[in-house]
Amino acid sequence: MISIKGLYKRFDQLEVLKGIDLEVEKGKVVVVIGPSGSGKTTLLRCLNILETPTSGSIEIEDQTLDFSSSVSKKAIPPFRRLTGMVFQSYNLFPHMTALENVMEGPITVKKESKEAVRKKAEQLLSKVGLGDKLDYYPFQLSGGQQQRVGIARALAMEPKVMLFDEPTSALDPELVGEVLKVMKDLANEGMTMIVVTHEMRFAREAADEVIFMDGGFIVERGKPEDMFTSPKEERTKQFLRLIQ
Amino acid sequence: MKMFLNSIIADPERVSRLIDIAQSSLQPLLKGAILYTIPLTLITFVCGLILAVLTALARISSVKPLQIIARIYVSAIRGTPLLVQLFIIFYGLPTIGVVIDPFPSAVIGFSLNVGAYASEIIRAAILSIPKGQWEAGYSIGMSYPQTLKRIILPQASRVSLPPLSNTFISLVKDTSLAAMILVTEMFRRAQEIAATNYEFLLLYLEVALIYWVICFILSIVQGRLEKRMDRFVS
Ligand SMILES: Nc1ncnc2c1ncn2[C@@H]1O[C@H](COP(=O)(O)OP(=O)(O)O)[C@@H](O)[C@H]1O
Ligand SMILES: [Mg+2]
Repeated sequence: MISIKGLYKRFDQLEVLKGIDLEVEKGKVVVVIGPSGSGKTTLLRCLNILETPTSGSIEIEDQTLDFSSSVSKKAIPPFRRLTGMVFQSYNLFPHMTALENVMEGPITVKKESKEAVRKKAEQLLSKVGLGDKLDYYPFQLSGGQQQRVGIARALAMEPKVMLFDEPTSALDPELVGEVLKVMKDLANEGMTMIVVTHEMRFAREAADEVIFMDGGFIVERGKPEDMFTSPKEERTKQFLRLIQ
Repeated sequence: MKMFLNSIIADPERVSRLIDIAQSSLQPLLKGAILYTIPLTLITFVCGLILAVLTALARISSVKPLQIIARIYVSAIRGTPLLVQLFIIFYGLPTIGVVIDPFPSAVIGFSLNVGAYASEIIRAAILSIPKGQWEAGYSIGMSYPQTLKRIILPQASRVSLPPLSNTFISLVKDTSLAAMILVTEMFRRAQEIAATNYEFLLLYLEVALIYWVICFILSIVQGRLEKRMDRFVS
């Protein structure tokens, strides 16, 4: 499903990803943890090609981009559509209602008919529990509601993989649960997901695998129960002690 | 001022003459406004805005030659007086065989001017939109032009509305410079009428009052527009 091979990313002098290899099977949920600055966001952004990797290759479904040679600009938008991105700061379009936010991609990019898209967008918003907030502008919604619109907006493009970058870390504690619930439902429906989060409960309940990143490397990976109870690497132990 | 008032009050005949002139000149002045001042302002503003958006996009593009051309254009227009620019177009170009009528000359001159000034406003507005908005557009598969058109420009236009309204109001007043290149807009008509009856103060005050009324109405419209566009931010 997803196969990342030898992924490097360098910003000027700073090497942020130092050879990431990762396979994710269809329908699996992978949780990525690690200290701040370890390259988690950069990894997700590379999968969505918001950053262009310095070298390495990414394969999703049956499409491959190899960054060791130069990648044509034309190849990027279709590749990007394989993944849906949920941002830490939601990044909703402030001049559009919840419904318009969700409809934007299918209408502008896929050129689908407005009526069909509206129906689908209403269904998606109902699914994330916002069926009664269709015509609200982002500023009229709480952080948790905004983030759920963000998830619906990404789902509207029917991606093969959903990427979540600390989707709840900007939220007040009482709003975290509603977003995690939507994500769990999605996982139960069989969506392939890569989730950067420090919500250990979500990792325990929903993840098939937990990956610990540090300094641009994948240091350790394993089933959540093994990772949290008996991590092998010293750095993983230290990190888990810090956040628990 | 006191002398002027005294001379009027002491002379009832002059008072009725002044009232006559003020009344009879109102129609040709308003005609000048409706036929020339207002159309010149509107046409120029639309052309200028298109030029401004293109220039702003050139300046933020990654294509070096485009950047440089846009910079030189903005610098040249901002660094030279508007009146000189109008003279170059209307009185200067004919010496190399390019003859343009007064009204189109004014449209060209003012459009180039608005284009340069407004491009700075629009560029700043585009740059003020958070990077996350571009990325959100890209992440749902939108291209650069799609993201620009659907996501960035609508938000940038809200940011740039107040300064652009100011540009527009300035433009209304600046069109009086077109009098210098023989466009028979409102100010030129005031000059022509005053030249026949020598009531310069009266006519220039009258024309000033009309400009003021137009700008006052525009500033009310501006306030309304800003309120409407604020509906999607708290
Ligand atoms: N656009 C960028 N330019 C330069 N450095 C960057 C950029 N984006 C991220 N970095 C650097 O890359 C490192 C990893 O960042 P990031 O992937 O955001 O880590 P994490 O999400 O794990 O906290 C940090 O040191 C950060 O400063
Ligand atoms: Mg991060």
